[in-house]
Amino acid sequence: MHIVVDLNRCQGYAQCAFLAPGVFTMHGEESLLYTPVVPEEQRERVRRAVAACPVQAILVGEEAGTGAR
Amino acid sequence: MLGEPRADRIVIVGASLAGLRAAETLRAEGFTGSLTLIGDETHPPYDRPPLSKQVLLGKVAADRTGLPQRRRLDADWRLGVRAGGLDPVGKRVLLDDGADVPFDRLLIATGTRARPWPHPDEAALDGVFTLRTSGDAAALAARLDAGPRRVLVIGAGFTGSEIASACRERGLEVTVAERGPAPLVGALGGTLGELAAKLQRAHGVDLRCGVTVTALEGDGRLTGAQFSDGTRIDADIAVIALGAVRNTEWLAESGLAAGPRGVTCDAGCRAFDMYGIVTDDIFAAGDVARFPHPLFEYQLLSLEHWGNAVAQAEVAAHNMVSPGPRRRPHLTVPAFWSSQFGLNIKSVGVPTFSDQVVIAQGSLKDARLVAVYGYRGRVTAAVSVNQARSLDYYRHLIETAAPFPPAPGAADQRESPVPVPSDVPDPKLLSHGPTVALTGHLPDRRLTVVQPAR
Ligand SMILES: Cc1cc2nc3c(=O)[nH]c(=O)nc-3n(C[C@H](O)[C@H](O)[C@H](O)COP(=O)(O)OP(=O)(O)OC[C@H]3O[C@@H](n4cnc5c(N)ncnc54)[C@H](O)[C@@H]3O)c2cc1C
Ligand code: SF4
Repeated sequence: MHIVVDLNRCQGYAQCAFLAPGVFTMHGEESLLYTPVVPEEQRERVRRAVAACPVQAILVGEEAGTGAR
Repeated sequence: MLGEPRADRIVIVGASLAGLRAAETLRAEGFTGSLTLIGDETHPPYDRPPLSKQVLLGKVAADRTGLPQRRRLDADWRLGVRAGGLDPVGKRVLLDDGADVPFDRLLIATGTRARPWPHPDEAALDGVFTLRTSGDAAALAARLDAGPRRVLVIGAGFTGSEIASACRERGLEVTVAERGPAPLVGALGGTLGELAAKLQRAHGVDLRCGVTVTALEGDGRLTGAQFSDGTRIDADIAVIALGAVRNTEWLAESGLAAGPRGVTCDAGCRAFDMYGIVTDDIFAAGDVARFPHPLFEYQLLSLEHWGNAVAQAEVAAHNMVSPGPRRRPHLTVPAFWSSQFGLNIKSVGVPTFSDQVVIAQGSLKDARLVAVYGYRGRVTAAVSVNQARSLDYYRHLIETAAPFPPAPGAADQRESPVPVPSDVPDPKLLSHGPTVALTGHLPDRRLTVVQPAR
């Protein structure tokens, strides 16, 4: 599972940092830092964060271009 | 031709953010034909913004910023091979490994690369870096881990400032050299440039504006640098953050309007040829594209913004598989973010397209504010500093060409309601290239002749 956050859209509400603190952390008051490659054990939490983000800024998928497809 | 062009051959050159997003959109819109992505990097598409943030802070490894792919693409990925030319008549992309790849429609998404230090001998010194690729970030992060005595950052645009911020956060000594009067001034103008200068100094950066680096010293390894004011410093790392160069050399003989400012395209992302005639089978998107925007008097914009690469790639892909009347224009209001020195800076519109600026909310003193930019009496941009949630409102003002200065909202507490000149300097006076460039109206390449690749 890989993620990217559209930080133009992100409003820094920090729901994701609350739900999956191992992947999303606030840096300063408003800036979000995150781990693009989600560790196995964090996937469920990340799914919850994706659903909870009020502006749908977190995009999820598999690593691009792998398996030649 | 104007049927449903959904089952032929599409080739995308440039397998990064714009290329990936275009590929996803093509499939999402029902394109069932053959899809080829050609990229000269060996990595599958990865995200660059974390390279100067999470990665330099040591929180994420440089090779762990891979972009998510949100659907099956059934694409032929040709990674690690450069496109060296384009035959627009035979409709083939010519690869450096000797192969050629035929297309019915082509998307050019070759982006930019880091502008190198102009003196090759000095650039080759051990300890001199640029930051554009994951390999660059890996090498630089490893050297920061080793605890250099001083890092010199040359160029105080967004990337240079973020690098300086990451170094300070790691407790490293940093000198920033910028030819212009302040950091970020080329993108945000005088008022926020001054704020950025104060912040850098408050965070312990040895900021030197109005100077240039005249020499990087060393014998094999970098040892220091000399400045135009006669001073010198010891430094074991120098990061060249002089802006970007558009990857258009491979198009030099293609007959397209491609040059140092990008590949000129229309609002529907279709590339122009060198005579200013629009093509119908070659499209461009992302950092490499130069396109007209109605909100900025149809001047051709070159943007180096993540959000533009995404939005323009989606429009280009849609138009590549849609007959004329169903095509869409790329009219998204430009937007970007940056985080540095504990601040979240977000921008909508084009701050350099302005004559005045007003602090519409918050204050410079608290470094929490919204600055609104106007040009000839209408709102053209807004920049928030740790105040991102207000920005949507100003985006709406930009889209509707609302009068400048904007009427104060109920919640606004203005430090100073008086607009002041926005003081956007001539980009020629800065160390780093601008990440937003207004490049006039001419689509042909009289102004932008490109040199053939060596
Ligand atoms: C360190 C850093 C930090 C950034 N931070 C921010 C930020 O905070 N906010 C923001 O809005 N934007 C930021 N950006 C900008 C953002 O990353 C770019 O706008 C985005 O990457 C553009 O995507 P693109 O696909 O158009 O071009 P690129 O990402 O440049 O991709 C082009 C690809 O094409 C390949 N290529 C080039 N020529 C050829 C050829 N002839 N044949 C085959 N392949 C070729 C290149 O190697 C590259 O892989 C940052 C950029 C960097 C480098
Ligand atoms: S929940 Fe969404 S808006 Fe809030 S910080 Fe996370 S990504 Fe940003």
